[in-house]
Amino acid sequence: MTHSALTPTTAEETRDFLAYAAAEELPVEILGQGSKRALGRPVQTAHVLDLSRLSGVEVYEPAELVLTAKAGTPMAEIEALVAGAGQELSFEPMDFGPLLGEAAGKGTLGGLIGTNLAGPRRIKAGAARDHILGLDAVSGHGEIFRSGGRVVKNVTGYDLPRALTGAYGTLAVSTLITLKVNPRAETSASLALNGLSDAAAVAAMCAAMGSSAEVSAAAHLPEGICQRLGVAGEDRPGPVTLLRLEGFGPSVEYRFANLARRLAEFGPAERIGDAASKALWQAVRDVIPFAGSRNPVWRVSVPPGLRCRTDAALAQPHAGGRLLRLERRAVVAADAGRRGA
Amino acid sequence: MVGIAMPAPDRHVLERRDNIVAALKAIVPGEGVIDALTEMRPYETDALTAYRQMPLVVVLPETVDQVSRILRYCYENDVKVVPRGAGTSLSGGALPLADGVLMSMMKFNRILDVDFPNRAVIAQPGVTNLGITRAVEHEGFYYAPDPSSQIACSIGGNIAENSGGVHCLKYGLTTNNVLGLEMVLITGEVIRLGGKHMEAEGYDLLALMTGSEGLLGVVTEVTVRILQKPETARAALVGFPTSEDGGRCVADIIAAGIIPGGMEMMDGPAIQAAEDYVNAGYPRDAEALLIVELDGPEAEVDFLLARVEEIARANRAGYLRVSTSEEERLVFWAGRKSAFPAVGRISPDYLCMDGTIPRRELPRVLAGMRELSVKHGLRCANVFHAGDGNLHPLILYDANKPGELEAAEAFGADILRLCVAVGGVLTGEHGVGIEKRDLMPEMFSEDDLKQQQRVKCAFDDKHLLNPGKVFPVLHRCADLGMMHVHKGQLAFPDIPRF
Ligand SMILES: Cc1cc2nc3c(=O)[nH]c(=O)nc-3n(C[C@H](O)[C@H](O)[C@H](O)COP(=O)(O)OP(=O)(O)OC[C@H]3O[C@@H](n4cnc5c(N)ncnc54)[C@H](O)[C@@H]3O)c2cc1C
Repeated sequence: MTHSALTPTTAEETRDFLAYAAAEELPVEILGQGSKRALGRPVQTAHVLDLSRLSGVEVYEPAELVLTAKAGTPMAEIEALVAGAGQELSFEPMDFGPLLGEAAGKGTLGGLIGTNLAGPRRIKAGAARDHILGLDAVSGHGEIFRSGGRVVKNVTGYDLPRALTGAYGTLAVSTLITLKVNPRAETSASLALNGLSDAAAVAAMCAAMGSSAEVSAAAHLPEGICQRLGVAGEDRPGPVTLLRLEGFGPSVEYRFANLARRLAEFGPAERIGDAASKALWQAVRDVIPFAGSRNPVWRVSVPPGLRCRTDAALAQPHAGGRLLRLERRAVVAADAGRRGA
Repeated sequence: MVGIAMPAPDRHVLERRDNIVAALKAIVPGEGVIDALTEMRPYETDALTAYRQMPLVVVLPETVDQVSRILRYCYENDVKVVPRGAGTSLSGGALPLADGVLMSMMKFNRILDVDFPNRAVIAQPGVTNLGITRAVEHEGFYYAPDPSSQIACSIGGNIAENSGGVHCLKYGLTTNNVLGLEMVLITGEVIRLGGKHMEAEGYDLLALMTGSEGLLGVVTEVTVRILQKPETARAALVGFPTSEDGGRCVADIIAAGIIPGGMEMMDGPAIQAAEDYVNAGYPRDAEALLIVELDGPEAEVDFLLARVEEIARANRAGYLRVSTSEEERLVFWAGRKSAFPAVGRISPDYLCMDGTIPRRELPRVLAGMRELSVKHGLRCANVFHAGDGNLHPLILYDANKPGELEAAEAFGADILRLCVAVGGVLTGEHGVGIEKRDLMPEMFSEDDLKQQQRVKCAFDDKHLLNPGKVFPVLHRCADLGMMHVHKGQLAFPDIPRF
């Protein structure tokens, strides 16, 4: 049971508390909105450091492609703000809410950095770690420090902001974070191939990723999964392989035609337009087919070429008699493209 | 040597030189150990040529096992080690130490694996940056980060410096394109980070290693992401009457949602020097010249070039040419790419600076540099990666004239202070090395630097790897771990509630 929640509103208060906790050797749970609290083992500490009141966007300069906000700023606020300027966080951070049984749309910037979120565009744009530029944080010794900067290109000193990203708050408590933002694509479309076997789907995705079509997301939804995405009009029962193209209108059209030609051997290419494509990828991003599932959901990251073998291995019952129950053959994503700018 | 002081050599190590050489020869047989003065000469400097220092001895290992044994020997015997790639560092990162072993990684020159289905290449650290692209271009692939030094610089050096290039605006820096590393710690332990997959487990040590300037470990193997070459690339060459117009044009292009493959700017003096040197047809009357390169599918490139033309006209472009052939595109680039030798022709020596600024500050910083140029009595030409605000002022001086190098260094330091003052940083891609070491406090507080040093201590508690670089002062590791508060003496004796 936790006893007390501390809700600092400044970096200095955060520092004073952490200095105290360090001196008294008291473990502390660090929390934004608690939207990802169900990840990993439960933490039991005497104190909770609740950063939700350390909130607010400090600087947003669309022309410089940078945004600086306090760690407890809700992601919903940030996403709405940048969308208003035609921009986005191009690493497409997933929303864990539905999968973890929390409401959708929760989460803070600090939590996003702490867990290094990414989404289907990871193959092209990378993850949160590829977009963090700088941070202010408080060390476990109770010292305020700054690392990185507010410009896109910077190699001054060790890259602590990137190294702290994905550390789940185990190295420092960030209080102020600067991210790189990107222009939002003018439009998008998805190329769908229906009825492919897993092996054929992997071959098709590898061919697509190796083409110059600049595919920004690739996923194979085995039989029965698409129906569970909950996207109106997308209730195909059979397997479907999705490849997303984004950019300026004429470019998307041109690349779609090229990609369809390149993948002709895998069957006819179906075109899914901007709105439906966006809804589909959001559902894939948030792993909606397994929302509310009581079985453990695993995310396995392998090089693209190994995908089939891994998939088969996971399908085998665990040898030791204890059955490893998996949501078998979940959403297979082409998870090994480049980490982008 | 001038300006920047290196740590005083350890007399006890100098006295043991013969033993150290013998020990290294036992590890690396044949010609892998160089101890004759004349043969060590090529290693006495990197591309920051104003600083020279003969190393204690040079060693060129060929296997990971040799690297491991050398480092373990040095660790056990308290001998410093300076790792070196191709020696093209512009910040003095590979400057030897009189009492240190210089370890060249250039015999690690093989590509180990070219994996097209997984779009990855595994290379040894001494392979050149361009060597990676050469190994995959027959299948239409390339390695995206492209420092101008790419014919010469090593991929290991790129990792150590987190190098960038013209294409980084769109495709990211080294750190965004590295998937895995093998490295040897100063204790001789060999560790692997990442791999061909994307999600690394545990802490992102790959991020720490990239840009660590040879202070944390020696890289012995690198896995990088390769990309499909864009279908086509075309460039626009645009001249502006003032740098303000050029700067606004850059901002408007980005505001229009366009991220060009490359966006480079040159100022008046750089335009003149380049034009004198290669005759690329640059407009001599322009105050600022912009090269905007669009790459990707043909339909997209044509479409975006039309938009860029509109934006340029709206920003008073006095000169505008769009490449209509690959030859013409390369001519546009010829002037920019030869900016360094071009400047080298009009001045016996030059210092290449490397600050980054928020782009909106460009006019102010250029004006500031003109004032500083007068103050220090030296000329300065500017080339810069306009898209990401990374400036490369080239300060012209003559090392043979007494006091000019000192003046150039002071001028450079003032420029970097100006970059920090407007919200920018000391170095965008060349690294801190020795060059910017003493300016670190301009950007970081004592506590900021302490966090960085804790990282250093976690990897190299005896400060044996590349000391004298990056940190203005190296604290003893034991001093850094201490808490400066004691039980009972805190502001919050009870549980505080804010
Ligand atoms: C003409 C010219 C143009 C340049 N253009 C650019 C540019 O456009 N963009 C850019 O970013 N840089 C540029 N540079 C700078 C330089 O080329 C890069 O910093 C490059 O990455 C250095 O690589 P190197 O192999 O020469 O490394 P070195 O100079 O030998 O070493 C650089 C640093 O890396 C460390 N190091 C080298 N190898 C290893 C290893 N295997 N393990 C651990 N540490 C190692 C060294 O200790 C040193 O600190 C340019 C330099 C020149 C001379």
